[in-house]
Amino acid sequence: MLPTNFEALSVEAASVQRQASAWQRVRDNTSVRIGAAVLAVLVAIALAAPWLGTVDPSLFDPASRDLKPLASGEITTLEGETLAHRFLMGSDSFGRDIYSRVIYGTRVSLLVGVCTALVALSIGVLFGLVSGFLRKVDAVLMRVMDGLMAIPAILIAIALVAMWKGSLLTVIVAIAIPEIPRVTRLVRSMVLTIREEPYVEAAVSLGTPQALILWRHVLPNTVAPLIVQGTFICASGILTEAILSFLGVGLPPDIPTWGNVMAEGRAQFNDHPHNIFFPGIFLAVTVLAVNILGDGLRDTLDPKMARRT
Amino acid sequence: MKLSRRTLNSLVVLAAGALAAPAALSQNNVLRVVPHSNLAILDPIWTTAYMSRNHGYMIYDTLFGTDENGKVKPQMVESWTVSPDNRLWTFRLRKGLEFHDGKPVTSEDVVASLQRWGKRDGMGSALMQFVQRMDTPDAATFRIFLGEACGFMLEALGKPSSNVPFIMPKRIAETDPFKQIEEHIGSGPFVFKRDEFKPGDKAVYTKFTKYVPRSEPPSGTTGGKVVHVDRVEWNLALRDAQAQVNALQKGEVDIIEALGFDHYDTVKKDPNLQLVKWSNLGLQYIARFNHLHKPFDNPKVRAAVLAAFTQEPFLRAQVGVKELYRNCYSMFYCNTPYGSTAGSEVQAKGNMKKAQEMLKAAGYDGTPIVVMKPTDLAAIQKLPDVAAQLLRQAGFKVDLMAMDWNSVLARRAKKDPPDKGGWHLFLTAWQAYDVSNPIANQMMDSRGEKSIWFGWATDDKLAELRNQFMRATEEPAKKKLADQIHARAYEIGTHVPLGEYDQPVAARKNISGFFVHNLNIYWNLKKN
Amino acid sequence: MLAFLARRLLATLPVLLVVSVIVFLMLRLTPGDPAAVLAGDAASTEHIEQIREQLGLNRPVPVQYVVWLGHLLSGDLGQSYYYKTEVTTLIGQRLEPTLSLAALTLVIAVALAVPLGVIAAWRHGGWLDRTLMAFSVLGFSIPVFVLAYLLIWFVSLELGWLPVQGYKRIAEGLGPWLRHLLLPAITLSIIYVALIARVTRASVLDTLGEDYIRTARAKGLPEPKVLLRHALANAAVPIVTVIGIGIALLIGGVVVTESVYAIPGLGRLTVDAVLARDFPTIQGVILFFSLVYVLVNLLVDMSYVFFDPRIRY
Repeated sequence: MLPTNFEALSVEAASVQRQASAWQRVRDNTSVRIGAAVLAVLVAIALAAPWLGTVDPSLFDPASRDLKPLASGEITTLEGETLAHRFLMGSDSFGRDIYSRVIYGTRVSLLVGVCTALVALSIGVLFGLVSGFLRKVDAVLMRVMDGLMAIPAILIAIALVAMWKGSLLTVIVAIAIPEIPRVTRLVRSMVLTIREEPYVEAAVSLGTPQALILWRHVLPNTVAPLIVQGTFICASGILTEAILSFLGVGLPPDIPTWGNVMAEGRAQFNDHPHNIFFPGIFLAVTVLAVNILGDGLRDTLDPKMARRT
Repeated sequence: MKLSRRTLNSLVVLAAGALAAPAALSQNNVLRVVPHSNLAILDPIWTTAYMSRNHGYMIYDTLFGTDENGKVKPQMVESWTVSPDNRLWTFRLRKGLEFHDGKPVTSEDVVASLQRWGKRDGMGSALMQFVQRMDTPDAATFRIFLGEACGFMLEALGKPSSNVPFIMPKRIAETDPFKQIEEHIGSGPFVFKRDEFKPGDKAVYTKFTKYVPRSEPPSGTTGGKVVHVDRVEWNLALRDAQAQVNALQKGEVDIIEALGFDHYDTVKKDPNLQLVKWSNLGLQYIARFNHLHKPFDNPKVRAAVLAAFTQEPFLRAQVGVKELYRNCYSMFYCNTPYGSTAGSEVQAKGNMKKAQEMLKAAGYDGTPIVVMKPTDLAAIQKLPDVAAQLLRQAGFKVDLMAMDWNSVLARRAKKDPPDKGGWHLFLTAWQAYDVSNPIANQMMDSRGEKSIWFGWATDDKLAELRNQFMRATEEPAKKKLADQIHARAYEIGTHVPLGEYDQPVAARKNISGFFVHNLNIYWNLKKN
Repeated sequence: MLAFLARRLLATLPVLLVVSVIVFLMLRLTPGDPAAVLAGDAASTEHIEQIREQLGLNRPVPVQYVVWLGHLLSGDLGQSYYYKTEVTTLIGQRLEPTLSLAALTLVIAVALAVPLGVIAAWRHGGWLDRTLMAFSVLGFSIPVFVLAYLLIWFVSLELGWLPVQGYKRIAEGLGPWLRHLLLPAITLSIIYVALIARVTRASVLDTLGEDYIRTARAKGLPEPKVLLRHALANAAVPIVTVIGIGIALLIGGVVVTESVYAIPGLGRLTVDAVLARDFPTIQGVILFFSLVYVLVNLLVDMSYVFFDPRIRY
């Protein structure tokens, strides 16, 4: 009994030590710092939206349409009152305040990005684990994943959102689905590799249940590459939502997202570029920050992967 | 491998030749048009879509036409006689009418075409109810025998908008009216180049050199259809509104059929461009109720909506340019022969406070109103938001459902309860011709579920008045009935008229020959 | 080699089958009735039912699938509900614009990205490296349509150098074809340049650390030769791999680019088909794209033989 426990303990101790220094490396990396800082600001903006001088993003007043940035105009409330308002980023063709739409849009875009990543990761991990452990399921599942990867992601997303009602859930699922195969492959290959490791073989021969092996040995090793993968899925999700809105198959137009604001402003780009300019900048900065964060995380958490891309 | 000097030279010459644009058609005789939508259905009887109608006007001809003042005049018909009891109509066709495949147009082609049209069109089927039979005594003559006098024979045959009674060869007109035709041969001023048609990319029409135009000047769909260009190309790929204007400014296209209101000022200021005036009648926005389900099965609730929906907010939001829109409280369109405002006070003198009181008095139970909003039709996509806001202010709960136009079309055909895939309210636009006549106006068909159009209004009194109108042959009687129909329609709230607007059309300055027709017509145009 | 090729081609069949099932199910199991869309503005419920029958949509889904698969195997992709044309004809008409756009984009991207990546690796750690890599991250952070609008505004309208929109077939002259395609291709290539440059840099960096590079330098070989003949050649495999994977990205970008520049290609066809619930076209085009993806990846795998003599099939 004793030797096994001892060995297990020492492996755990070693991994804990590895984790401590990994965290240190992550914290010190410049890319991670920059990316995380920008994202922290964006999250703060998203949370504090109602108090940043915004109005309800769906309010409009046809009398205030197409105002240039920094112009003053009027907004009609739901009760029918008229308020004076300064349109910091101008107004769109309805007379809605672009500044409010962009600030509230931060919430939706970040939510879409994070949820897409979470959905894709959860399902991908599940499939990957199942595939890695159950040979029979593996053959079928991997063929399905191959098939899914062969279909252009944007087309799946467009088809799914256009067919179902365009809602937050539909869009998140539609963008997440094409990302699942890559996560599945990642987890599956990790499972297959780790299963060959001597300490896992030892654990198996001692009768340790599969679930415990999964928990103790497989999952911890997948965390790092999954986090990295997750950030890139998040970035891709935010961009894809904008593209879907642009094509007219995204979230309903009354939900303020950067993609929706740009889609509605596309008809007036030459005369009123602020419709595209402001949300475009926010979008680019957010995606940039997430990508930089992902880069940094990859460099520190998974040096092997770092050199590949 | 070293190239010899000669080979090099020949290669250079080849390359230069390939890179130079081919001197094909002189660009000055090709009219490049950007239509308002994609052309998918080539059968103008099978669908009421305006794109298919416009395609029809290119390649087909009609028996009668409607001029710019709304008067019906003969087009393919040379002369006609009516029996004293109005029950026998005899028509004689013009000489020289020929189809694009070289065959002459005969009365048999006419009869077959009218029958197919009568099975699909609202006004056509109303006409066919009066028709006992039609025959063709000779190749240039056809006769229509009526069971009783009919007051709208010529208006029907000269109907300008969807569905238009285009004349096709007999063999094509014998296609099942519920299936689309496969061949596109007509006797109109243009020939459809089927081999150059690329769906979603472009449609090409060439001048039909054998077409014999009438001698009168063109007016509406009457008069001489003279073609001054060799080719007309419809650019079906250019759908982005900003890209359309960019292309027009750079001279890459000649005409934009439906200029976005946002670009009206840009075109106005540009010295190379002109705003075309080819309409004296514009379009009308409407909001249509679903009369089958609550709360809009209650006329008192509908009246509350009529009081809440003042026209200005809709027009301001959707059109924006003041000189392009006007309020008009006539369901028949103002300044037309039947343009009446009888009974419109409930809306014209309505306000939000009255609407709130009327809604309370009607006993509204809080059912959320399902309003359908199309996301991909710039021409009408702002209306539902305004409707939703006004409904909320009046005290309704609103569920604003965004979907693409095709989904709207699919959903509005459903009679299911709104919360199970149906709808309460949708908004759209009609061209003046389609609403200015009590029979053509689909919203006034009040035979309940038997009505042809969506909304299924039910009112026996209104249906009876319409029947009387169909049988009236004298103008004063017709006008009186039209007023009564109008008043009754407002009383029961068939739908809500939301004002009128003009659709701006933009073209390069060097295009001339525009005339008033209220449609999308491309004969008579010159490229200078 | 031939055996490998045959095996790989055979292996694509189950993948394509899976694709066909996924797409078929996805369309049939989601709400959205093509019959109602086709019936148009003034149709009655009976008419819509009639159309459903004509299209075979009232039969059970497995039956519909088998019927479609049967037609597929004889090369018949069915008829578009919307355009009343054979899907194969539609794809044929739209193939040239999309292929032209993709090919030109690829050429521009590789021509720009590979040198940039090599230079960045060569000047590893310096300001040039950092700037290039920063720009590359920016490159795939900006949505394609924003780039498109900016370029159109600046290059077409302000400078007037290139047309604003449209596509000219090669048959109408190489000059017009190139002029109309240049701006869309540049717009689309930016993302691709970003991606390929990064992979090139990483891959070349990897190889630059190898022993044989040190030897080559020690032998006195001039640096450009070291970079090109030894580093790049050995770095080629991952670069070509990412080109293959990037085809999926390219198709996504093509859809948006065709929309903004009014290019009548396959991307636009798909979007229009989806909005019109045109099942046969959607199925046909997605199957086609998947086939292209699979074949391109096969080509990529085959090309490894040229780049890395150690790889033998």
